[in-house]
Amino acid sequence: MSDTTFTRKLALSDDILMAVDKPARYIGGEVNMVRKNPREVDIRFCMCFPDVYEVGMSHLGIQILYDMFNRREDTYCERVYSPWPDMDKILREQNIPLFALESQEPLKDFDFLGITLQYEMCYTNILQILDLAGIPLHASDRTEEDPIVIGGGPCAYNPEPLADFFDFFYLGEGETVYNEILDKYKEHKAKGGSRLEFLEIVADIEGMYVPQFYDVTYNEDGTLASFEPNNVHAKKTIRKQVEMELSDTYYPEKPLVPFIRAIQDRVVLEIQRGCIRGCRFCQAGMLYRPIRERNVEFLKNLATKMLRSTGHEEISLSSLSSSDYSCLKELVYYLIDTFQNDGVNISLPSLRIDAFALDVMNKVQDITKSSLTFAPEAGSQRMRDVINKGLTQDVILAGATEAFKGGWNKVKLYFMLGLPDEQEEDIKAIAELSNEIAKTYYDTIPKSERKGKVQITTSTSFFVPKPFTPFQWVRMATAEEFMDARKVLSGAIKEQLNAKSIKYNWHDTDVTMLEGVFARGDRRCAALIEGAYKDGCLFDSWSEYFRNDIWMSQFEKTGLSLDFYTSRERDKDELLPWDFIDAGISRSFLYREYERSKQGIVTPNCRKGCAGCGAAQFHGGVCYEPRNEAGESISNEVLIPDC
Amino acid sequence: MNVRVRFAKYGAVKFIGHLDVLRYFQKAVRRSGLKIAYSQGFHPHQIMSFASPLGVGITSEGEYMDMELTAEYTPQEIVDALNTAMVEGFTVLSSHILPDPENGRKRETAMSLVTAADYLVTVRENDTFLGTKSFEELNEAWVRFIGQESISVIKKVKKSNSETSIDLKPFLYDTAVGTTASLPTVATHKNDHTFYEVPEIPDFAAEQKALCAEKGLFSVLLRVSAGSADNIKPELVMEAFARFLGCEEPEALKFQIHRLDMYTGENPELKRL
Repeated sequence: MSDTTFTRKLALSDDILMAVDKPARYIGGEVNMVRKNPREVDIRFCMCFPDVYEVGMSHLGIQILYDMFNRREDTYCERVYSPWPDMDKILREQNIPLFALESQEPLKDFDFLGITLQYEMCYTNILQILDLAGIPLHASDRTEEDPIVIGGGPCAYNPEPLADFFDFFYLGEGETVYNEILDKYKEHKAKGGSRLEFLEIVADIEGMYVPQFYDVTYNEDGTLASFEPNNVHAKKTIRKQVEMELSDTYYPEKPLVPFIRAIQDRVVLEIQRGCIRGCRFCQAGMLYRPIRERNVEFLKNLATKMLRSTGHEEISLSSLSSSDYSCLKELVYYLIDTFQNDGVNISLPSLRIDAFALDVMNKVQDITKSSLTFAPEAGSQRMRDVINKGLTQDVILAGATEAFKGGWNKVKLYFMLGLPDEQEEDIKAIAELSNEIAKTYYDTIPKSERKGKVQITTSTSFFVPKPFTPFQWVRMATAEEFMDARKVLSGAIKEQLNAKSIKYNWHDTDVTMLEGVFARGDRRCAALIEGAYKDGCLFDSWSEYFRNDIWMSQFEKTGLSLDFYTSRERDKDELLPWDFIDAGISRSFLYREYERSKQGIVTPNCRKGCAGCGAAQFHGGVCYEPRNEAGESISNEVLIPDC
Repeated sequence: MNVRVRFAKYGAVKFIGHLDVLRYFQKAVRRSGLKIAYSQGFHPHQIMSFASPLGVGITSEGEYMDMELTAEYTPQEIVDALNTAMVEGFTVLSSHILPDPENGRKRETAMSLVTAADYLVTVRENDTFLGTKSFEELNEAWVRFIGQESISVIKKVKKSNSETSIDLKPFLYDTAVGTTASLPTVATHKNDHTFYEVPEIPDFAAEQKALCAEKGLFSVLLRVSAGSADNIKPELVMEAFARFLGCEEPEALKFQIHRLDMYTGENPELKRL
């Protein structure tokens, strides 16, 4: 259904748009924006990324769902992002209701508001969206007139801190049951059914969690005592939904192209979903199991179409670990051969540094400007064994040696501080490894051939234990411990022989502590978010707007304890707030992995051998690749003879 | 081949700044399928340049972009190809195949050629100074304003962050009051194998004009010096006018500005770019 009679009229006056920073954030009308007449559809869906436009527009998930929903004639899917503080102020002062970019009409008129939950520190922004739209913050206060508010994305795997604010959560991949939800909604709306009845229909659909249909009780020590359905439609366990046919599913051939530069100003090609590596700290690596590859011909075709329809000058291959994609060489060389003469740049994040990677980087990047990136995550081999990060010092140094010979002299290293059972020598090992890489450069490249010093940038973030990882039980370090670790590392770097070649960057601890609270928080945490929002917190992931003092005062006001949620080891049998979700990996597997981590035992990746995580229940992906007698996948040779 | 393209920018996209318009056209050319030339090196960029940046909030039907193409096209093919890649708010109006420069001489860019520009400036309804005065009153005042011996204004110099006083009078080539008024015509391109213009160019300022007519708002056409040498912004002229009428805070004035065209040559012997 194309737009015939509907004329877009901007929701904001010229005076307002001229008064704010980057007015293009609010006008829509971008390349490949879908135009429909809102009066001629049955369902109006607004997709929201609760952060500023340039961040939100870079998110692939929304682009996929935007395309998928708009393929339906009966649905018009639009978008909204968080108004920046300058616009926030104007909207409040002038009582202008928050609107969607496409039709420029108020969110309140929509049937659905779908909010993607990508990181914990956007939670106050969710309340801003609801508030500015005039939608009651609490699901329980909403009426038949209000949109149904849906949450999805990685943070939905512990939805409890947000439970009060959402009508339901979608657990799993959007391609799977959204069409069923929309069909049922349309049918229900035509019958004049109520909001409550619709939520009951939703609760009957696999993967959907309606928080108001569950009651929670607590023990005296603050831990969960029970989590029970209070509605016959509510399932005891919610099972995540997974798209198993990634080469025969929705993917936008005409992604939106913003006028202003987004974080991702390029075509994003998701080559596979999931990861075989099993790093124990990594939530994505557990949540998106099993790894499922997209067919290489499907990807080549998509890449061509997307580059043509967007005019982007860059394409980025997206996945958790690109090197594990079995047809990577074929795909990358195809992209180089086909598009490089048209000035298309190819970017390959998350690539293991080996001969192939260096050859590709040599072809697509300017060596003098680009840098090599390694993410050893921990400095010592013992610590890397604890977290099951397969990368060894030998591999890193070998990669670096080759790269230095090839002309590179910039290296970025990423580590975490505060990992479980971290000792002082593990922290110091980060400095030693950084130094070792610098030394490798000076050993490899004769003085006459050096172009200045080698530049090592060592960055640390603080470890936050996440649900559905083997570390979901673990005690998180305190802010003081983080700061101490940082100081130890700072000092150790200064003591290195090549200290002048190493630059050290670190993250803020205060934000990390709050992330820790919301990652493993329960329903009571909603009061913290609401209180902080009402006292002025917004854009917490932006350091210039983060107000730790306001957040800390919420703990006093609510009587909740930060340490209870962060620096507390959970018992093996403690009822965790997210235990009602079946993410496809068993609790016993996670605990087994936790035990192995304590003993420093490495678990092989999914292609080397099956660890029995439970993801085989989805009947596809790596779990069903053919294997040899040793249990190793032989898919590369057997399934894809061309690669 | 080198071509010059004229385009219009109107509606909501007037809020997109010059650098983003540049990015927009880089991507639009790629979508159009036209084969454009790239610079050498690891970060090749398209050989493309714009005549003059347009301020945020200003609409135009006289924007010019030069580019170098590596295949042969007719001017109409270029216009048609680009228009398949435009979004609402951008329309390509004409294209002109540029002759090669004479032996040994460098090609002059559109930016270096610009010497004058036409603007339609209309006072906005909610303007608290000019907006409160009647059309007749302002019309009469305008005649006195441009009749002055000299029109001195303070111009901010970005580079040195200082202010200088200049006389606008020699740079104010022509003016006419009212939305139905017009400025003297200038030499245009011949329609031949090197030049193509779309058959019917819509009135991109129609809404602005209608609003002025309906509300009796003051509007004026300005032909002013433009380009890299003496670029006179229409706001500057309007601020001088308001000051002439006793306004103390001319920075707060509210106009809608529409650029009509850009010219090269020496006034009054102007030629469309």
